[in-house]
Amino acid sequence: MDTLIPLLPKLFEAFGETINLVVFSLLFGGFGGFVIGLGLYVTRVGSILQNRLVFGILNVLVNIFRPIPFVIFIAAAQPLARLVIGSGINDAAFIFIVSLGASFGISRIVEQNLLTVSPGVIEASRAAGASRLRTIFRIVVPEALGPLILGYTFVFVVLVDMSALAGFVGGGGLGAFAIQWGFRQFEPVVTWAAVILIIILVQVIQFAGNALARKVLRR
Amino acid sequence: MPLVSLRDVAKRYPSPQKGAPPISAIDGVDLDIEAGDVYGIIGYSGAGKSTLVRLINALEPATSGSIVVDGTEITTLPESKLRELRLGIGMIFQQFNLFNSKTVKRNVSYPLEVAGVPKAERIARVAELLDFVGLSDKANSYPDQLSGGQKQRVGIARALATSPRILLADEATSALDPETTQEVLTLLKRVNEDFGVTIVVITHEMDVIQTLATKVAVMENGKVIEHGDVFEVFSDPQHAASRKFVATVIKGIPSPTELQVLRERHVGRIVTLSFRDGDVDQAGVFLTLAEAGVAFELVYGGINDIRGRAFGHLTLALRGEDAAIDRALLEVAEHATVTEAR
Repeated sequence: MDTLIPLLPKLFEAFGETINLVVFSLLFGGFGGFVIGLGLYVTRVGSILQNRLVFGILNVLVNIFRPIPFVIFIAAAQPLARLVIGSGINDAAFIFIVSLGASFGISRIVEQNLLTVSPGVIEASRAAGASRLRTIFRIVVPEALGPLILGYTFVFVVLVDMSALAGFVGGGGLGAFAIQWGFRQFEPVVTWAAVILIIILVQVIQFAGNALARKVLRR
Repeated sequence: MPLVSLRDVAKRYPSPQKGAPPISAIDGVDLDIEAGDVYGIIGYSGAGKSTLVRLINALEPATSGSIVVDGTEITTLPESKLRELRLGIGMIFQQFNLFNSKTVKRNVSYPLEVAGVPKAERIARVAELLDFVGLSDKANSYPDQLSGGQKQRVGIARALATSPRILLADEATSALDPETTQEVLTLLKRVNEDFGVTIVVITHEMDVIQTLATKVAVMENGKVIEHGDVFEVFSDPQHAASRKFVATVIKGIPSPTELQVLRERHVGRIVTLSFRDGDVDQAGVFLTLAEAGVAFELVYGGINDIRGRAFGHLTLALRGEDAAIDRALLEVAEHATVTEAR
């Protein structure tokens, strides 16, 4: 306990960094995943913009990147981060790498949730004379919004998990804090303090996500 | 000129297996639908009914043949023109297909938004439509808060939003209970009579045909095997497959298994008499039998009413001398069609 108290400011700073990492990765990775997932959904055989070639490319791309263990992906993608961000060793570089890696996983979640939309409502929209784009953005996405919110809540929790590895490329956050000040200093209490903060964060997010989805689904 | 005219229309889907021949869903269909008709499309599942109506609003493009809707050949139209066509054709569905994420009024408003109708006009039109289907008080409800009948009424309001000339109904009452079915059918009848909307209705329910349809087409294996006035087709089906279909929806003709049971339960010769309004003299028939000394027992049957005209089938078990029965049946045959089960 005595070792924890002086570290509290550092702990809260690390918490802020985690929030920062997760929010930005969710923003960029979430957007990338949404675009790829929507692409997979609409180009699939029998879907609104059926296109075997585009679907095939996206599908293979996702299948290549998704199974790479994240620790290895960080190392492999670091040169790319240096190229795009200008540096390979800070929070910005880490956000870039997480966003890139997570977007492929997120795309599958988006695709699956869009697939829950009944083909009947798509047909009803087309029968009403709507264009394909209108059908996608005014009908398909709103109809899948409830499950999508739950999917993104799940993604948020996964990103919290991924963000703990920011320390590998010189980033901060609760993961780096727990390793540096807890694990390496033989101070389990410090590690546990970081764990507890993460648990609280995840609980709050899950609770908020469920509440929002319930509101959208009206049940 | 018919409002909808199909000539030698075919629809084939590529086979799921490579190299296999394409699957034929619609095969050489000719059909004319006049403005103001309520045209029933009947037949067993897989006969191609759903595909046929989707050819009319081009949700399914035809593989070959000609489809003329309201004077326009639609098989060659580009997608943008097809969207305009669809604004003039409403559609309702078995599973209602309402947008669950939108309120009732937004559901009804959707086709108007697609058509680019200004907001003030949309609001007025939606109020008018909801009043017509009797759901003004549900404007702000969501579809999952409605009963099946209410959902279909919202579906009808949505389909009528852009004042289409044609309404396609794909098994619109099949998911509803009998009472609600009547409610929805009454509403559709008003749509046809008050607004002059031509309705094409797919169904396998006798109720729908009886209350609504003026004409009917029977489909089998992608072909229209028989079509015409409802009464004519139902009281005297010409094609073997239509006879079989009519027999399943119209009670009156015993099926082979039912005939077996009848034969076990009753002595005598089993004979089915078919009557049709106009050439019916039931009393004459029974009098003839009685005068010939033939005892008869009514064992099966039913009289149906289609748009005020009656027809039906009565199955009798006849007892008496064979020769007397034969003589009597010859005479009866002048009043009704006689089919003896052997």
